[in-house]
Amino acid sequence: MLLLSRAVYDPTIADALPKTTAALAGWNGQGLPGDDAFAALAADLKDNQAKGTAYELAKSLNARLPGARSQLLKTVRKLESADGQAALDAMKSVPFWSAPATWPAIQSGTRSFTSFYLLSALDLRWNADGAIERVPPEQAIFIQVFLRTFFVAASVTLATLILGFPLAYLIANVPKGLAAILIVAVLLPFWTSILVRTAAWTVLLQKFGLVNDFLLLIGVTSDRLDLMYSRIGLIIAMTHIQLPFTLLPIYSVMRTIPPSQMKAAYSLGARPFTAFRRVYIPQVFPGVMAGCMLTFILCLGYYITPALIGGASDQLISNFIANYVNVELNWEMAAALSFILLVFTLALFGIFARVLGLDRLKLV
Amino acid sequence: MLLSPYPTTSERIRITLLWIWCGLVILFLLVPIIIPVPLSFNSGAFFIFPLEGISTRWYEVVLGTQRWQSAIGNSLIVAFGTTVIATTLGTLTAIALSDEKFPGRRIIMPLLLSPLIVPVVITAVGSYLFYARVGLASTYAGIILAHTALASPFVVVTVGASLTGFDRNLMRAAAISGAKPLTSFFRVMLPLILPGVLSGAAFAFVTSFDEVVVVQFLASAGQRTMPLEMFIGLREKLSPAITAAATLMMGLSILLLLVANILARRGRKAPA
Repeated sequence: MLLLSRAVYDPTIADALPKTTAALAGWNGQGLPGDDAFAALAADLKDNQAKGTAYELAKSLNARLPGARSQLLKTVRKLESADGQAALDAMKSVPFWSAPATWPAIQSGTRSFTSFYLLSALDLRWNADGAIERVPPEQAIFIQVFLRTFFVAASVTLATLILGFPLAYLIANVPKGLAAILIVAVLLPFWTSILVRTAAWTVLLQKFGLVNDFLLLIGVTSDRLDLMYSRIGLIIAMTHIQLPFTLLPIYSVMRTIPPSQMKAAYSLGARPFTAFRRVYIPQVFPGVMAGCMLTFILCLGYYITPALIGGASDQLISNFIANYVNVELNWEMAAALSFILLVFTLALFGIFARVLGLDRLKLV
Repeated sequence: MLLSPYPTTSERIRITLLWIWCGLVILFLLVPIIIPVPLSFNSGAFFIFPLEGISTRWYEVVLGTQRWQSAIGNSLIVAFGTTVIATTLGTLTAIALSDEKFPGRRIIMPLLLSPLIVPVVITAVGSYLFYARVGLASTYAGIILAHTALASPFVVVTVGASLTGFDRNLMRAAAISGAKPLTSFFRVMLPLILPGVLSGAAFAFVTSFDEVVVVQFLASAGQRTMPLEMFIGLREKLSPAITAAATLMMGLSILLLLVANILARRGRKAPA
């Protein structure tokens, strides 16, 4: 809730420009506002300069209006020695303040409750006519990041299924003692933290690391590959981390299917493939769904592994959120992105809980 | 069990392929977690096999330098704090939820489990914004509370599992014999569900001890934990000291979770 409130409530501009906010209250948004708005803005800017908040305001306005930062700081310097009519002239002398896009942006900024950040997180914005439009492609980054996150999550889910399904089948069908050993082999990595396993993969994926040694040895490649900071390295490491999450729900279903069923299908004349498809698959399907959905949902929130193994173009949505909080200090944008990611995650979790039941979350 | 009594050649081939595939998958699972162990005993400063020699110098770095020592200390403070609070809260919650008459069970359970699903960055950002406002950012209390939110679901699940085998009539019998509710909890219920509680505590400890994202947002420079120190080290410069730290952390997690699982299994079997 606090997250959502941060995403739609941003009083920075309204707090910094009280006189302008009042002057713009009656403006219809067409053309340029009257001289009183210019005078009010000039007075507000002077106040901000005196209080030392001009830079913060410039940064906040710049998020909505590219280029506003330098123009605003330039104007503030001009205003330092001007009063009354001179201040108004100083404002008019900077063409930026008479540009058509400037005042609508300021006006929308003076409303504390804003959909600006939530829309930005989806690469949308309000245009001058008050309709929602897509931002130009060169500014649109978040849709791409969301698509990338979904793509990585889907690839990892598919990879874990291909690797995990046969192993789950084997464990469910070998004698008990051997099955226990194999399950331990699955649980040992499962019990090791994501960070430790990511660390292990950063060692393995180095240019002179073991994976490259192995690929050279079996002759798959003739050159050492750059696996660190690459999409493929990221997917390999995430597949390793998520494999037990996909495998265990499948295994727990397979364990309950008596082998006699397949024998019955054979004795009724079914070919192995037919028996497998018609008797086995329908029964393990809920387990497969549970494993795959769990992995997909968890992949959407990956942070550590992309941060350490992914390159600049492999950062997932969580990394952008962390970056907005830690580096750019744009908490509103971080909150908006978090909110959208949370909606996706909870929607999928809701489907999971309804269709498959919460009991499938218990992995051991 | 895999082969039918009179296997055909194609069946033999398929089963052999299955074994080979599974063998490779097992290697894929195990090699990455085993590799850091020999590397951490390497006397050289590079991650290249064959090893240059055996030494414990990287363990001396991790256990002997001030930077890592304070990180280990911070990790232990946070993990013990989290374990105590999460185990207490989780156990009480599980007892309440195990009562069939408890209102809203079907709504509360998914809510309680949601920290397992919600991306940890969101939890971290949320706690950061919230704790900054109430003055808990950069405090041990803030980190411990955030970790408690992440760890409590494990306690609820494990204690809940051991409670399914608990006979509520025992509590009535204790009450009839004159025991006060608190006495009957400590003398009757707790000893019977203890395996589940201890297993939940171990899960809570490991959850906190391995956690890095929340710490990254909430901790001040002096509160860096061992995983955070590793994370920072991995970002800056890869040093074999990290493999030593990783080996230590891995050993601790595996040991605790092994105990937790044995206890959880016993907890589920014993009362039945």
